[in-house]
Amino acid sequence: MKSKENRKRLHTRWRKQDTELTLLALPTTLWYILFSFLPMFGIIIAFKNFKITGGFLSNVFNSPWAGLKNFEFLFKSNDAWIIIRNTIGYNLIFIVLGIVIPVALALMIGMLHNRRAGKAYQTMMFLPYFLSWVVVSAVGWAFLSFDKGILNQMLVNWGNEPVNWYMEPKYWPYFLIFMNIWKGLGYGMVVYLATIAGIDKTYYEAAVIDGATLWQQTRFITLPLMKLVIVMMFILAVGRIFYTDFGLFFQVPRDSNSLFNVATTIDVLVYKQLKTATVGMASAAAFVQSVLGCLMILAANWTVRKIDPDSAMI
Amino acid sequence: MATRTVYESGLDRFNRPSKGVNILLHLLFFFLAVICVLPMLVVLSVSLSSEDSIRENGYHLIPTAFSGDAYGYIAKQGTMILQALGISVFVTIVGTVLGILLTTSMGYVLSRPNYKLKGFLTWVVFIPMVFNGGLVSSYYINANLLGLKDTVWSLILPLAVSSFNVIICKTFFKSTIPDGLIESAEIDGAGQLRIFFSIILPISLPVIATIGLFLCFGYWNDWFQSMLYINNQDLYSLQALLNNLMSNVDALARNASSLGISYAELVATMPKESARMAVAIVIVLPVAFAYPFFQRYFISGLTVGAVKG
Repeated sequence: MKSKENRKRLHTRWRKQDTELTLLALPTTLWYILFSFLPMFGIIIAFKNFKITGGFLSNVFNSPWAGLKNFEFLFKSNDAWIIIRNTIGYNLIFIVLGIVIPVALALMIGMLHNRRAGKAYQTMMFLPYFLSWVVVSAVGWAFLSFDKGILNQMLVNWGNEPVNWYMEPKYWPYFLIFMNIWKGLGYGMVVYLATIAGIDKTYYEAAVIDGATLWQQTRFITLPLMKLVIVMMFILAVGRIFYTDFGLFFQVPRDSNSLFNVATTIDVLVYKQLKTATVGMASAAAFVQSVLGCLMILAANWTVRKIDPDSAMI
Repeated sequence: MATRTVYESGLDRFNRPSKGVNILLHLLFFFLAVICVLPMLVVLSVSLSSEDSIRENGYHLIPTAFSGDAYGYIAKQGTMILQALGISVFVTIVGTVLGILLTTSMGYVLSRPNYKLKGFLTWVVFIPMVFNGGLVSSYYINANLLGLKDTVWSLILPLAVSSFNVIICKTFFKSTIPDGLIESAEIDGAGQLRIFFSIILPISLPVIATIGLFLCFGYWNDWFQSMLYINNQDLYSLQALLNNLMSNVDALARNASSLGISYAELVATMPKESARMAVAIVIVLPVAFAYPFFQRYFISGLTVGAVKG
């Protein structure tokens, strides 16, 4: 009893270890302050009439307040609705296809007689994940270029007119969806394959003894046991619904003006505005994204906690 | 162990789909694998085609006329691409080492159960996972306040730490390093810094490999930081160079003077199309050869992150 009290007292006092651990954590803490927390306070420039000349701090303090003018400017422009539609629309499609396709493929790759072939296919499908969007953009160009691209050569060989792909918005939703799935295929399967590998084999043995077919085992054992992970991945993806992959929407359409309506998301708009130095609208859009994104992540986490407390972040 | 394998394969044998289904599955996965690999082969083929054949016939899966001109050109006019390669390698190595140190040290500190500031630092790591300042204010702080614009550090520092990696480290230290090990070192009089560097790091190679690979591929493949912060072409990484070449092929002729010919002459004679794709191949080649061997570390990191995000 006494020793317990002693230990308790010992643990409430600041010890040498604590100093040393603080020292060890200092560089990373400093990094977090400079690269994560300072920008969080910098977010007030969304409410300011910010000038980009001169030092940052003096500007933040000296530039006049603009109230909600930046937001008014953003939401009165036609662009606002286009980018919100694109951001949420593409994300919803990516969420659904990004679950259905990898889950289906993860189930099927386990059925191959030849395990080694399955591993080889999986490795090959992982390749696009390791390419940067700049390289993917070059790959896309090899296929879609008007005068030299492979797609147009095929069209011409079959007696059709070549298409100027980078000027035709109607094809791009399909291209963008395809590219996103193509790049994320190997990555997407990983989590589901790990879940399937973790299922206790005795379930299947029992089912086989009861005469269950492969389809019945999948339907009544594998899928129900994957449900939790699938729901979790779904909710986490919903939490990021206001964020898009900048590379996909900026590099792959090669910043073509004709494709503005189908390929501009919040991230692309913010970047473009930033580069043209019209900070007001960009900072307002970034603010909306950060705040709504935060709310969505917290809501998603809250839902995860309801379903499976162990998997929640907070 | 041996009997278990036999038993499992017995179950597998029972569960095998019919031959026809198996062939269909093989066809499907072969098709998908080809779709994932073929586009890079097209890029390789273009880089190995002669400029004339590209001009006449366009891009092809198999070059209509082989030519190593593009690589010869890259090697000959050297400086620009070698410099970009140097920047890429420097950023990747320095960034990965720095990132590993910053990530593992924080992960270790957070894994110590009795540390007084643990609660506070947990919030420091956690808050950026749900809220961030957005691109605009990050850009201005990095460019103006921290003065990173047009320095190589703008490519390294902003990507060095991610809370996701810190949490992977913390989970690893918590679950695999026995408390007794650290306590006995403390009793022997070792300070925390010494414990971390000479005991913890050497036995944490799996997690260092995982984090290191995330960082390494991240730095090698990064082009966004260059696009934001780098205007000086001497600081272009390979990704930034390719990014520039995609919109402006003639950029390769920039240092014409070093070759002793005029700019116009060089623009007219250089293998533009194939050289551009050759740069892409220079970027992808190391990645394509490395990832099959490191895949399992990646996968272990991804699954740890998914289970305990």
